[in-house]
Amino acid sequence: MEGTVERHTIATVVDNEPGVLARVIGLFSGRGYNIESLTVAEVDEANNLSRITIVTSGTPMIIEQIKAQLARLVPVHRVSDLTVEGPHVERELALIKVAAVGEKRVESLRVADIFRARVVDSTERSFVFETTGSTGKVEAFIELMKPLGLVDVSRTGVVAIARGAGAM
Amino acid sequence: MAREQMGGSEIIIKALVDQGVDVIFGYPGGAVLPIYDVLFGQNNLRHVLVRQEGGAVHAAEGYARSTGKVGVVLVTSGPGATNAVTGLADALMDSIPVVCLTGQVATHMIGNDAFQEADTVGITRPCTKHNYLVKDVADLARVLHEAFYVARSGRPGPVVVDLPKDVMMAHGPYVSPASVKHRSYRPRVKGDLALVREAIDMIAAAERPIFYTGGGVVNSGPAASQLLVELVRLTGYPITSTLMGLGAYPASDRQFLGMLGMHGTYEANLAMAGCDLMVAVGARFDDRVTGRLDAFSRGSKKIQIDIDPSSINKNVSVDLAIIGDVGHVLEDMIKVWKSSVARPNGEALAAWWAQIEEWRRRDCLGYRTSDDVIKPQQAIERLYELTRDRDVYVTTDVGQHQMWAAQFFKFEQPNRWMTSGGLGTMGYGLPAAVGVQVAHPDSLVVQIAGDASFLMNVQELSTVAQHNLPIKVFVVNNRYMGMVRQWQELLHGGRYSESHMVSQPDLVKLAGAFGATGLRVTDPADLDAAIEKMISTDGAVVCDVVVDSDENCLPMVPSGAPHYEMILGDENEGKAKAEVGDDGLALV
Repeated sequence: MEGTVERHTIATVVDNEPGVLARVIGLFSGRGYNIESLTVAEVDEANNLSRITIVTSGTPMIIEQIKAQLARLVPVHRVSDLTVEGPHVERELALIKVAAVGEKRVESLRVADIFRARVVDSTERSFVFETTGSTGKVEAFIELMKPLGLVDVSRTGVVAIARGAGAM
Repeated sequence: MAREQMGGSEIIIKALVDQGVDVIFGYPGGAVLPIYDVLFGQNNLRHVLVRQEGGAVHAAEGYARSTGKVGVVLVTSGPGATNAVTGLADALMDSIPVVCLTGQVATHMIGNDAFQEADTVGITRPCTKHNYLVKDVADLARVLHEAFYVARSGRPGPVVVDLPKDVMMAHGPYVSPASVKHRSYRPRVKGDLALVREAIDMIAAAERPIFYTGGGVVNSGPAASQLLVELVRLTGYPITSTLMGLGAYPASDRQFLGMLGMHGTYEANLAMAGCDLMVAVGARFDDRVTGRLDAFSRGSKKIQIDIDPSSINKNVSVDLAIIGDVGHVLEDMIKVWKSSVARPNGEALAAWWAQIEEWRRRDCLGYRTSDDVIKPQQAIERLYELTRDRDVYVTTDVGQHQMWAAQFFKFEQPNRWMTSGGLGTMGYGLPAAVGVQVAHPDSLVVQIAGDASFLMNVQELSTVAQHNLPIKVFVVNNRYMGMVRQWQELLHGGRYSESHMVSQPDLVKLAGAFGATGLRVTDPADLDAAIEKMISTDGAVVCDVVVDSDENCLPMVPSGAPHYEMILGDENEGKAKAEVGDDGLALV
């Protein structure tokens, strides 16, 4: 396959029904596509629709295939490649646990402040920070926490939405 | 107005009848007994009892492919469903509309490892177009109607509806097919007219064009085949077909170059390699067609017409893609062609045809007959000659005999040729023939079988007997898994590892045991008489045609080779050695 590997953020609106996530994941594993992150939640209770945001990578030909394969799944209503369809916002949320005392504990708070991360749990020996932002920001925060006593990370993966007034 | 309440099993049968189903292929078991109980007391649906559930799916495929209708399967839970999996995967690969109803343990037992429980929707998810588990009888009728809609719409495929036993026993409302509209699935059938115009401009400007057509034409219906013939004749261009597309264009026509691909003709493959414009119609650039991808028809512009957007640019990048049903797009193309002033460059086209005729003179399908032993090509060629004036349908298994059938049996109409193309399922032919004969009781249905493939579903001879199906099984018997043997000869140094069918049963006696007539022919001089006898004998016949064990199916594009590099027959008397690198050996 020619072409360089690109990272794309793809949003899909699907019927909120049993098995729909398995179909999407099975498509990726069965055809050997990458999943860098995947998030899913119901977004429209009245119409019983969920939104799945997938960050994937591949050559342009593979990315086209991924979109076409997603679109032909029967419960998939819409597929939108946010990376090519114009400006969009990507965010993820991370919960980051740091176990530290003394100077490192103080330093972790200072860094958290710079990143506008919130303390959502605190003990004498640990903090849990909540941070939101782009993947790059979350990763930078985690990197800085490593020497300060990082013990656990939980991330949502990317959610994304197009900028402007239009709906998907 | 209160809607009528019915038992779940009655809903199922009514939904099938309202969908126009007249026959189902199945096998009962504990989890589907309520459905079979309703079947017992009605006359609208015919049930064909197979001998293993895999046979039921292939029979439904044969029925679907020969009629254009949806084939219907009914099997029980657990092993009934898992036995059906191969057939479902086969139908998915070949885009065959099938609805498969599977029994399931009662909803409250699901997940408890109950007797004959399997996660049927989980197992069949990647080998169906879509599947459903119906947990509430209120959804039952809607889901069944949706299943038929999904199976036959767009690119057709198999749909499983998993039915827990308590849902069959519960009472709920019935809704008619007309009241069901799918929420999200709306495949595009009309092509973009601007793109059609662009395509016609490209077609008119081409100097070395070729039509490359596939199973999508057959799936689009007989009208699409007629439109294809019209367009191809209007242009005067050459046409080649995939294995799946055979019959969509009449094989005896001068413009038809035969099948292309791994065992395609020299002229078809070289024309594909040398063309300046390729018009792919309902064909998906399968690896059996393209050979080594980076060497595939590098100099040509490519137009692709397909109903499935995921078939576009999957293996081969095309210059112009038209998404839509082949029939609709061909109709528009003909209209645009007729109203367009642009016409092909006659001189260039004449030169192109002259080149093609030169390739044709290579007579790549030529073989040498012998006085002592029947050649497999000869067996199929004679079968074709002696049945060509009849109303004949052909099914095959998978392997050498299948490729010879594709090469030597000339199909003039669509829906006459049933073969497992994508999945390559040995044992497909006999149960598929069951489905074809059930759909066409008065036609001649011939299964061209390999001796190894035939044994894979030979139990279906019992189905043939029960339903008095006059199927003619034409076994091209070389005592080998012939294609495995051929690859071992050409690619693995002649080490015939486990490909020799030792202890083969006596097929004449085997036929007799199943109540069929058994014939055997070994002498080339008796071949025609044996074929005539097979055709004229009432009821089912197994004709054991003992052929040369060592014959190879040629031409052959070795795995990993470009599609224009073929091993040809007579230059090396069928004893060719393929030069294949490690990369090629890794390919199937």
